[in-house]
Amino acid sequence: MAGTDPPKGDSRLSLGQREAVWGYLFITPWIFGFLTLTLVPVVATFVFTFLNLRLNQQQPVRFVGLDNYADLLGDARAWDALSVTLRFAAIALPVGLILPFALALLLNSRSLRGSQFLRTLFFMPYIIPFVAALFAWGSMLNPEAGWLNGLLSWFGLDGPDWLNDPSWVYPGLVVIGLWGIGSAVIINLAGLQNVPTELYDAARVDGAGFWGQLRHVTLPMMSPVIFYSFTLGLVGVLQYFLVPLVLNSGTGRPAGATYFFNIYVYNTFFSFGNMSYGATLAWLLFVVILATTLILFWSARYWVYYAGENK
Amino acid sequence: MAREAELIGAPELPALDIEAERPERRRRPLDGRSLMLTTFTILLLALFLSPLLRTLTLSLKSADQITTIGAPIWPADPGSFEWEGDTLDVYLVPLPDGTTRELALVDPGRQESGFIDPADPGAGILTWQGSWRSLEQPWEFAPKWGNFAEVWTRINFPRLMFNTIALAVIGGLGTIISCTLVAYGFARFRFPGRNLLFLLVLSTIFLPAAVTLIPTYTIFVNLGWVGTWLPLLVPAFFANAYDVFLLRQYFMTLPRELDDAAKIDGAGPFRILLSIIVPQAWPVIIAVAIFHLVYSWNLYFEPLLYLSTSPELQPISLGLSKFNDIYGSEPQYIQAATLMTIVIPIVVFFFAQKAFMRGIVITGVDK
Repeated sequence: MAGTDPPKGDSRLSLGQREAVWGYLFITPWIFGFLTLTLVPVVATFVFTFLNLRLNQQQPVRFVGLDNYADLLGDARAWDALSVTLRFAAIALPVGLILPFALALLLNSRSLRGSQFLRTLFFMPYIIPFVAALFAWGSMLNPEAGWLNGLLSWFGLDGPDWLNDPSWVYPGLVVIGLWGIGSAVIINLAGLQNVPTELYDAARVDGAGFWGQLRHVTLPMMSPVIFYSFTLGLVGVLQYFLVPLVLNSGTGRPAGATYFFNIYVYNTFFSFGNMSYGATLAWLLFVVILATTLILFWSARYWVYYAGENK
Repeated sequence: MAREAELIGAPELPALDIEAERPERRRRPLDGRSLMLTTFTILLLALFLSPLLRTLTLSLKSADQITTIGAPIWPADPGSFEWEGDTLDVYLVPLPDGTTRELALVDPGRQESGFIDPADPGAGILTWQGSWRSLEQPWEFAPKWGNFAEVWTRINFPRLMFNTIALAVIGGLGTIISCTLVAYGFARFRFPGRNLLFLLVLSTIFLPAAVTLIPTYTIFVNLGWVGTWLPLLVPAFFANAYDVFLLRQYFMTLPRELDDAAKIDGAGPFRILLSIIVPQAWPVIIAVAIFHLVYSWNLYFEPLLYLSTSPELQPISLGLSKFNDIYGSEPQYIQAATLMTIVIPIVVFFFAQKAFMRGIVITGVDK
């Protein structure tokens, strides 16, 4: 690699070449890490899908063709796990987009007093480790002693057994993740403050009320931020598994509702010890993430508005 | 923030300046709408942060209080009274004259019970008609600070904390050094394939960890790194997409004139990085450091894979989750441990919140 010989004072190199050598030299840590910790492992994982590798290899390693893929097609558990992940995403993703946006709108309101102070406190729980957040919110969600059901009972509502009821566990997990919205709130807030005030003035002159301004000024101007949050949120939610792993040790309780796709991948690797089949599952997840991300990027041209791009 | 930026000579990032207050906001009078909106937001915030209060109150309670129905939500003990070497429970006893007095139960019975008046023990045993089980106890504020001491020794908290801090500092240094070098390379040098390589850096954000997991695990196993911190620390020295992007975006906003002046004075690329770029970029470098601190406090999966058999090397998140598995029926200790875990990140956050929030804005908006 170019970075290995010191380029300084080498008279054979032109100024431009010397600059290029320095450039490669500086990015060498990333190139090395990318090759050893990303590229080689990704290719290796792909190769594994055609083999019979196990954690404790008993049989000789051999090429099994598309056997793992054939297994995958008939594996109801894999498709159930994928469906669990997608159903959770259908709840968590909209909440993860709308809630920070609404909170940012509120914090950006000119009528709000002490907005800097409030903003800092809304952001603060973002730094709390997820295991700690899980214990704090998990205790809040306790059906008997938890404060959330206590609060609901003030309004005459009978709160559910959040984390043990298959039909309430996804909202419960969303609640447990609430402390993570801080960064999305800050990004939305910065986006809102970048919207030129003249646009609101113009909309007001045209007779637009709060909803009219939201629909015709705020949302189009915020679409790049929404796109960014959507993309990263999607990639994150499709890989969601740490909270259910800590909560239920990967068992999928209650009734398999938390048997997320990545939990299945993790169990296949480390509980069932089937490396090759786990690799096949991992590749399926990769393809799903790639496909949904590509669809999202393709759709961007229809709804994401970049100010100053179309003159 | 603007003042701070001037002091260190960094250029202002107008589009990203979330701290700037709009001038008209300050002068607006406190009207009904403003009062309503502010009250609503404060209530929302109270709800949002209420688990912290619950964690605090639970962490100070006794096991008895947690299992007693009708106990108050603040840490308290039922009233008691020492009498002739015995500890008697105190109850709220309604007397025939319509008053209620706090009396200590000496002789419990189904139909009638004997009580002592703690205010006047010499008066002897008073007999009260009715079932003592129907009586309520008075509660006295009694925080159990000992719960924290208990957790401190039970999970070897100092050890877990030391591990977490060491991982945060060493990994943080690796991240700052490697990401600064890589970001500098992308921001200041032209080389063939630069844009493509930068795109490749960003695309790794979309790569699910599951597709690299097994080969990476196998590599670390074969290197003999299981049971050591190396699988957690070494990757930090090879840069990561988020921090490279953050630093590169910031370096791009720094004026090149200073670089050029230093170049004329004979400074090489390393010298320019250390004496020109880094001094101007320290707000983002601080942001990267805090991101890494948060990351280290969240470390769970990697230690689970590589440090399962070495509890003395585990960081706090894994230790905390183990604690829950073992002592799941003792919520007061779980919540005390939870609180002890989050103290340092919260303190650091309040000291560096501006740099931190700015870092998030740069990665999020500047695309």
